[in-house]
Amino acid sequence: MTPAVLYALTGLGLFVLGLHALIVHAHLLRKILAFNVMGSGVFLVLAGLAGRTPSGIPDPVPHAMVITGIVVAVAATALALSLMLRVTGATGHARLPDETER
Amino acid sequence: MDTAVLLQSGLTAPILVPLIGALLAFVIRRWATPIGLLSVVALLGAVILQVPSLFADGPQRLAVGGWGTPLGVDLYADGLSIAMLLMSGVVGLGISLYAAAYFRGTPARGQAFWPLWLFLLTALNALFLSADIFNLYVTLEILGLSAVALTAIAGGADALVGAMRYLLVSLLGSLAYLLGVALLYHAYGTVDIALLAERIAAEPAAWAAMGLMSAGLMLKTALFPLHFWLPPAHASAAAPVSAALSALVVKGSFYLLLRLWIALFGELAGGVATLLGLLGAAAILWGSIQALVQTRLKLLIAYSTVAQIGYLFLAFPLAVGTGITAWSGALYLALSHALAKAAMFLVAGNLLRFGGHDRIAELDRVVQRLPLSMAAFALAGVSIMGLPPSGGFIGKWLLLEAALTEGRWAWAIVIVLGGVLAATYVFKVVGNAFTQSENPHQAQPVPATMEWVAFALAVGAVLMGLIVSQPLALLEIGDPFGIRAEAAVP
Repeated sequence: MTPAVLYALTGLGLFVLGLHALIVHAHLLRKILAFNVMGSGVFLVLAGLAGRTPSGIPDPVPHAMVITGIVVAVAATALALSLMLRVTGATGHARLPDETER
Repeated sequence: MDTAVLLQSGLTAPILVPLIGALLAFVIRRWATPIGLLSVVALLGAVILQVPSLFADGPQRLAVGGWGTPLGVDLYADGLSIAMLLMSGVVGLGISLYAAAYFRGTPARGQAFWPLWLFLLTALNALFLSADIFNLYVTLEILGLSAVALTAIAGGADALVGAMRYLLVSLLGSLAYLLGVALLYHAYGTVDIALLAERIAAEPAAWAAMGLMSAGLMLKTALFPLHFWLPPAHASAAAPVSAALSALVVKGSFYLLLRLWIALFGELAGGVATLLGLLGAAAILWGSIQALVQTRLKLLIAYSTVAQIGYLFLAFPLAVGTGITAWSGALYLALSHALAKAAMFLVAGNLLRFGGHDRIAELDRVVQRLPLSMAAFALAGVSIMGLPPSGGFIGKWLLLEAALTEGRWAWAIVIVLGGVLAATYVFKVVGNAFTQSENPHQAQPVPATMEWVAFALAVGAVLMGLIVSQPLALLEIGDPFGIRAEAAVP
C-alpha cells in the first residue's frame, strides 16, 4: 500500500465518520463540526491522490483545489455558526425542531 | 490573451455585471435598490447580445486569463447555457422589480437582500458558463450559501430553521460532489468536462464518482425522496426569495446533473437512468398529492415544485433511444416552470401582503379584490398543468412523444396523471378565491408593481407555448445533447 492510497483511505474514513455524526447528532454545533470533519476527509483524499505521478513529484493542481476548498469551507462554517446562533435565539434550542436531543 | 480581449468577449459579462453590482450594493447601502435594478437590466442586455453571435458562430469558448485547458479555467457557452442564462435574466428581472416594491416598507431587509440576490445571480450564471467540474463546485457552493442567507433574511423561527436545514443539506450535497471530483481527477488527470468525456471509461473510479456526484446533485435539486428540506425552506422565505429559490436555484443543480450525465455518465449508467426516472415519477405523484392536502398556499406551491422537478427526471430514461426529444422536453419544462413558478410565488406574496395570511380556505373573494393577481395565478397554473397553449404543454408534449414513440406507456400515464393532479390543486386555490370566508380579513394595499410583475411572468410562461421553434433551435446550438457526435461515430 503506497502512502497516497493510505492518505486517501484515511480521508474516506473521515468522510464516513463525519457523515455518521451528521445524521446521529441533533445538536447543530455537532452537525457543523461533522461537516468540517467530512470536508477534511475530502481534502485529505485530494492531497493524498496528488502523489499520482510516476516521477514522485506531487501534482500541484489538487493542492490548489484543497486551498480553494478550505476557503469555501471557512465561509460555509462561518455562515452555519451565525445561523445556528440566530436559530438558538429564535427557538431557544440549538437543534432542528423535529429532532429529539440524543 | 490580454485583458482587452477578455473584456471584448461578452461571455464574462453575465458573471462580472452582477458581481460588481453586488459589491457596490453592499458598500453603498443607500443606493442598493437602484444599483440592483440597474445590474439586472445590464445583465439581461448582455445575455441577449450573445444570442445573435451564438446563432452565427456556434458555441463559444473563452480561456479566462489565457491559460486554457487543462490547467486554466475555461468558460463555455452553447445553446443550452445561453437558454439557461436567458431564463435567469428574465425571471431575475421580474423578481428584482417585485423586490424593489416588496422591500419598500422594510429598507433594512432590502439592503440585506440586494447584495445576496446579486451574488446568487453571479453564482448561477457562472455555473451555466463553467466548463470544468472543480469551478462548478465553487459556483455551486456560492449559489447554495447565498440562497441559504436569502432564505434567512425573512427572519422569524420558521425561516431561520428552514434556512439551517437547507444549509446542512446543501453542504452535504456539495461535499459528496467534491469527493466525486477528487476521484475523477485522480483517475483521469483533468477537471475539464470535454477532456473527461474523452478519457472516461467504465471502471470503479468512474462509477463511484457517478454515484457520489449524482447523489449530491439530486439532494440539491430536491428529487424525491431527498426533497424533505425544500417545502419548509421555500415556503418560509420572503416572497421574492421563494420565487428565486423555486424558479432558479433548483435548476442550477439540475442543469449541472444534466451536463455531467450527457457528457460523462450517460454511457456508463445502465439501469441508473431508469432509477432516476422512477424517482421522478414518484416525485410527480407524491409531490402533487402533498400539494393537494396543504392548507397553506405557499406550502402548496412548494410541493408543486417537488412534483415539477419529478418531470425533469423523466427525461433520463426516456432519452435512451429518443435522445433530443426527451432532453428538449425536460428543458422546455424547466424554462417554462421558472416563469410559472416565479409568478405563483409572487402571487402568494401579494395575497400574504393583502390578507396577512396564506390559508387557502380563507382567501375570501380575493378574485374580486386582486383580479390581476388571481389571473396571474390561473395563467401560471395553465402552464403547470400543461394545458395548451403554454410552455408547460410543449414540454410535456415532447416528453409524451418521447415515451409514445418507444411504446413506453407507463411513463406516458405518469405524465398525464401528474397533469390531472396539478389541475386539481390549482383549481382548489382558484375555487377558494371566489368564495367568501367566514372570517373576512383586513385588507392591506398591494403595490401595483407587485401585481403586474406576477402577471407578466405568468403571461411569459403561456407565451413560451406560442413561440416554440426559436427556443428549441437555441437549445440545439453546439449540440449539447451529443446526438450528432454520437451518430457520426460508426
